[in-house]
Amino acid sequence: MRYLPKSDSERQEMLASMGLTSLEELFSHLPESLLLKRPLSIPPGKSEYEIIDYFRERAAENATGHASFLGAGVYHHYRPVVVDALISRGEFLTAYTPYQPEISQGTLTSIFEFQTMICQLTGMDVANASMYDGSTALPEAVMMASRVTGRSRAVVARAVHPEYREVHLTYARHQGLPVAEARYDPATGQVDLAHLESLVDQETAAVVVQSPNFFGCVEPVREAARIAHAKGALLVVMFTEAVSLGLLEPPAEADIVAGELQSFAISPCYGGPYVGVLAAREKYIRQMPGRLVGQTTDTNGRRAFCLTLATREQHIRREKATSNICTNQALIALMATVFMSVYGKQGLRELAEQNLAKAHYLAGALDNRGAGRRFQAPFFNEFVVRCRQKPAEVNERLLEQKIVGGLELGRFYPELDDCLLLCATETAQREAMDRLAGSF
Amino acid sequence: MIRKARTHVNQDEPLLFERSSPGKKAYQLPPLDVPAVDPTTVLGAENVRREVSNFPEVSEVEVIRHFTRLSTWNYAIDLGLYPLGSCTMKYNPRLNEYVARLEGLAQAHPYLPDKLAQGAMKVQVALEAMLRDITGMAAVTLQPAAGAHGELTGILLVRASLEARGNPRKKVLIPDSAHGTNPATAAIAGYQVENIPSNSEGMVDLAELARRVDDSVAALMVTNPNTLGVFEREIAAAAQLLHERGALLYMDGANMNALVGMVRPGDFGVDVMHLNLHKTFSTPHGGGGPGGGPVAVVSELEPFLPLPRIASGNGTLTYNYDRPQSIGRVKAFYGNFGVLVRALAYILAHGGDGLRNATLDAVLNANYIRKQLEGCYDLPYQAPSMHECVFSDARQAAVGVRTGDIAKRLIDYGFHPYTVSFPLIVHGAMMIEPTETEDKRELDLLIDALRSIAEEARENPELVRTAPHTTRTTRVDEVTAARKPVVRWQPAS
Amino acid sequence: MYPEDYRYTKEHEWIRVEGDTGTIGITFHAQKELGDIVYVETPKVGTTITAGKAMGSVESVKAVSEIFAPVSGEVLAVNDELASKPEKLNADPYGAAWLVKVRLSNAPEVKGLMTAAAYQEYTAAEGSH
Repeated sequence: MRYLPKSDSERQEMLASMGLTSLEELFSHLPESLLLKRPLSIPPGKSEYEIIDYFRERAAENATGHASFLGAGVYHHYRPVVVDALISRGEFLTAYTPYQPEISQGTLTSIFEFQTMICQLTGMDVANASMYDGSTALPEAVMMASRVTGRSRAVVARAVHPEYREVHLTYARHQGLPVAEARYDPATGQVDLAHLESLVDQETAAVVVQSPNFFGCVEPVREAARIAHAKGALLVVMFTEAVSLGLLEPPAEADIVAGELQSFAISPCYGGPYVGVLAAREKYIRQMPGRLVGQTTDTNGRRAFCLTLATREQHIRREKATSNICTNQALIALMATVFMSVYGKQGLRELAEQNLAKAHYLAGALDNRGAGRRFQAPFFNEFVVRCRQKPAEVNERLLEQKIVGGLELGRFYPELDDCLLLCATETAQREAMDRLAGSF
Repeated sequence: MIRKARTHVNQDEPLLFERSSPGKKAYQLPPLDVPAVDPTTVLGAENVRREVSNFPEVSEVEVIRHFTRLSTWNYAIDLGLYPLGSCTMKYNPRLNEYVARLEGLAQAHPYLPDKLAQGAMKVQVALEAMLRDITGMAAVTLQPAAGAHGELTGILLVRASLEARGNPRKKVLIPDSAHGTNPATAAIAGYQVENIPSNSEGMVDLAELARRVDDSVAALMVTNPNTLGVFEREIAAAAQLLHERGALLYMDGANMNALVGMVRPGDFGVDVMHLNLHKTFSTPHGGGGPGGGPVAVVSELEPFLPLPRIASGNGTLTYNYDRPQSIGRVKAFYGNFGVLVRALAYILAHGGDGLRNATLDAVLNANYIRKQLEGCYDLPYQAPSMHECVFSDARQAAVGVRTGDIAKRLIDYGFHPYTVSFPLIVHGAMMIEPTETEDKRELDLLIDALRSIAEEARENPELVRTAPHTTRTTRVDEVTAARKPVVRWQPAS
Repeated sequence: MYPEDYRYTKEHEWIRVEGDTGTIGITFHAQKELGDIVYVETPKVGTTITAGKAMGSVESVKAVSEIFAPVSGEVLAVNDELASKPEKLNADPYGAAWLVKVRLSNAPEVKGLMTAAAYQEYTAAEGSH
C-alpha cells in the first residue's frame, strides 16, 4: 500500500524490539471470537490512475456543460483561482484544530479575520468561527435564543429554506421546543406580518425570518424585529445568498444572524461541505455555540490569537455545553475569507449589482413571454415565476437545450405547484437567459 | 539535542484590514451583458446599504502573500508527525483533493434532477456499501456533517427506535473516559446523562453496568478502543446485557483506526455507531473542519435513518422521501459530499487488504512508542494498547513539570504536541496517537525528543516549564483573552 | 486564610450572616484550585436560591465550577463589579469579591455548615488524597 511508509524489515525490527514476531500478535489480547476471520469484501487497492478514471466516469454521469438556473440555497458563482491555490497549502489543509496557539497562528489569524468580516457584513458585534452549514446554524441559533430568553417556543417564517426548517424540526422535536410557522403573504411573498404577530407571545424565544427568503424576496426585517422585541423574543435573521449582503442593508435589528456562505467561492459540490455563519449581539457572546478566536498577546507582548471562551464548549462543559458541536468548517471558512479578500469592498458590491441586473433581466424576459413573477416583493438574484404549463414539462424542454431550469416549488410548497424558482447569478449569460425565456 | 528542527526566518504580516487602502482591488468581473439596474429603484432605498464598512481593499499579490505568510505559522501533518491522541492525524492523499475537484462532481448542484446526478448518487451508494463491510453493520447514512453531528443522529435513532417499541426511556450511560461530545450530544437529544466509572483497567466495569442498566436506560455510549487506547474486552457481554434489558449499544467510532479490517463493531453487538471520515478515512482536518460523520446501524434501526435514502429501481437511482419512521432531516441536502468523495478515494486506494495493513501499522507504531518510552514516563494503565498509548506526567510533576509543559517543549523539537490532559480519568494525561502514516525514522525522532525532554525535566525543569522557546509566538495570555474577549478587528478610533 | 466568623460548605462557598442577611462568596481554596478566574455568573436580584442547589458558576480558561447556594433565600444584591473584574475573586475572595447578599428564608440552615476550623480540616483532608 503506497501510503504506508515502512519496509517489512523495519516492521520486523520494531516488532523484535517488543519481543514479537508478527503484526497479528498485536491483536492477540482481543477475544479470538471477535477477530474477523476473512478479508474485507472491498477489492484490492487501486492505482491513482484507476481511481481518477473511476471518478471521471462518475463525474460524467452528472450534468456537465449545462447552463443552470438553479439557486434555492446553493448558487453558481465564479470562484477566484487563488482560493484553491491558497487553501491547498498543506499548512492550512493538513493542520488540526488550533488548540496549540504557538504553532497555529496561521489558522487562528485567518479565523479572526473571518469573524471580523462576518461582523462587517451582517452588522453584528460578534461572529463565531463557523458552523457546519446554514441548515444546522438555524437550530443552533434558535437553541441559543432559547438559552438567552429562558423560553422555548420558536416562530419560523414559512419562506425560510424548507430543508433548513426540516433540520430545525428534527433538533427541536427531541428537546420539547415547539415550533410555529408564520405564513407568507400570497401577494408579496414576504412574511405575513399580521400572522407573525399573532403567533409571537411571551413564551416565544425566537422569531426566524430569512432575507432574501426562499422565494428570493427581501423581507421586512425591521418590522419583524419590532414584533419580536415587543414580546421580548429575539429576532434571528437567516440568509442563504451571502452575495446579497454586498448590496442589501445588513440585518442590524436582528439579535442573531445565521446563514450560509456557500456563495463565497465554495463549489456546489452536490450539497457540501459548506460553511455556516452564526453572529450575534455582543451581550450574547457567552451563549453562542461553537469555536471563537480571540485576540491576546504572547509573553513577549506581541499580538497573538487563541481559541477563547472554550468553557461554553462540549470538551469542558460536557452535558451542559451550549452545543455538542466540536468542529468548525475552518478550511471552508478560509475559502470564504480568501474570497472576501479578493472581492473586497468594491468587488462584493459590483458582484451583487451584476447579480441584481442579471436576475432582473431574466425576470423581464420571462414577463415578456407571459411568465410573470408570482410575488411582488423586491428580489435579489432569484424569483418565482408562474408557468402556463406544468413546471416539470418546462424543465424537460429546457434540458433538451442543455439548460437546467428552476426548482419545481410544488416539491416544498404544494400551493405553488405551478411555479418555478429561478436564479440568475453573474455567471448567467444573456444568450442562455434568452433561450430559457424562449421555452416558456 | 534537537535533531528534527531548527529555526528559520519567517515573515511578519499585518491583518488584511491593516493592509487595506481605498481603491485597491484583486478582482475583475466580465462586463455586464445585460442592462444595469439601479439598486435603489428595484430594491427600495431603505433596503440598500451604503457600503460594507472597513471591508478589505487589497490587491491579488497581497492576498497571495498574506495567506501564504499566515500558512507558514502553522504546523501540519505535511510537515511531520502529529501525535494528537484520538484525532488520527494521518496523511491526506493529494489524489483525493484532485478527484473531489473534478468538474462534474464539484459543480453538481444538489437540486439537479436525479437523472443528471447519477454519478453523485453512485459515489454515495459505493461508499455506503464499503462502510457496511468495514463496520459489519446493516445500513449506513452519510448525511451527518461531522463526528458530533453523527453522534446526535445516532442518539436520535436510538430514541426513535425505543419510541417505536413504546418508551424512549430517560438516561444515557457514558463512561467517565468519554469524549465531551458524548454527554453534550445525549443532552441535546433530550436524555439525562449518567456517568459510569471505569474499572482499574480503564475499561467499562461490567458489574457496575449490570447495576446501572434498568428500564430507564436507553443506551450506553462507548468508545472502542476507549480513550486510553484499550480495547473493551467485555464489549460483547456488555452488548448482551444491554439488549436483555431493552437498551442499545452506541459506539463512538473516533478510534476506528485501530479496528478496520481486523474487528467489526457489528460482530460485537453494536447497534449504532458513527465514523469520523476526517480521522479514519483521511479527509483533511483543514484546521478544524470540514468533517464527515456517517452513522451505521443494525437492520432494526434502518427505518429511522435520516431523509432522504437512495433507492434503486430499474437501473436508475432515486431519492426516497417516503419513510414515515425517519427521524427527519439532519442536514440540508445529502451530507458533505466532497468529503465523501475523498473518503471513497482513500478506501479504493487501500482496498480491503491495504486497510487491514494500515490498521496493523497504526497499532504497531503506537506500541513501539509505548515500549520505547515506558522507562521515561509513567504508564497509568497497563492494559495492552491499540492505536494510541496514554502516559502521565506523574514522574515529571514531582519537579513541577506538567503534561502541558512537556507538550509545549515538544514544539521546540519540531513536533506538534500530543493530546494534553485527556482522558480525564488520567491525571496529567499524555495521549499519543502516531497513526500508520509515520515511518520509523520519524517515530524514532519523536521517541528521542520525549526522552530528551524527560531528561530536561530532571535537570533543567525551568527550560521545559517556559517552552516553547523557538516559535515566532510564545505562550499566549489566554486569561486576558477570556476576561476581555476581543473577537474582531476594529479600526483605531 | 479562613475567617473565623464565616461558615463554609463542602463545595467551597462561604457565608457571613448578619441578622437575617447573608453574604456569600467562594473560598480562598476554591479560587486557588480554579486558577485565574475569567468569568463569574451570579443569580439576578429578586431570584430565590435553595440550599445545596446551583446558583451560578465561576470559570477559568479551561474549567467551569458551579456555585452552590449555602442557604436558601432571596437574592437582595449582586456584586456587579465581578462581571468586568473577575480577577477580584483571585485577589480578595473573602472581601471585595463577595458574590451575592441574600435574605435567609431558613436561618437554621446556617448551623449545618462548617466552622472555619472544620473547613480547614476538610480541605486538608481533601488535599491529601
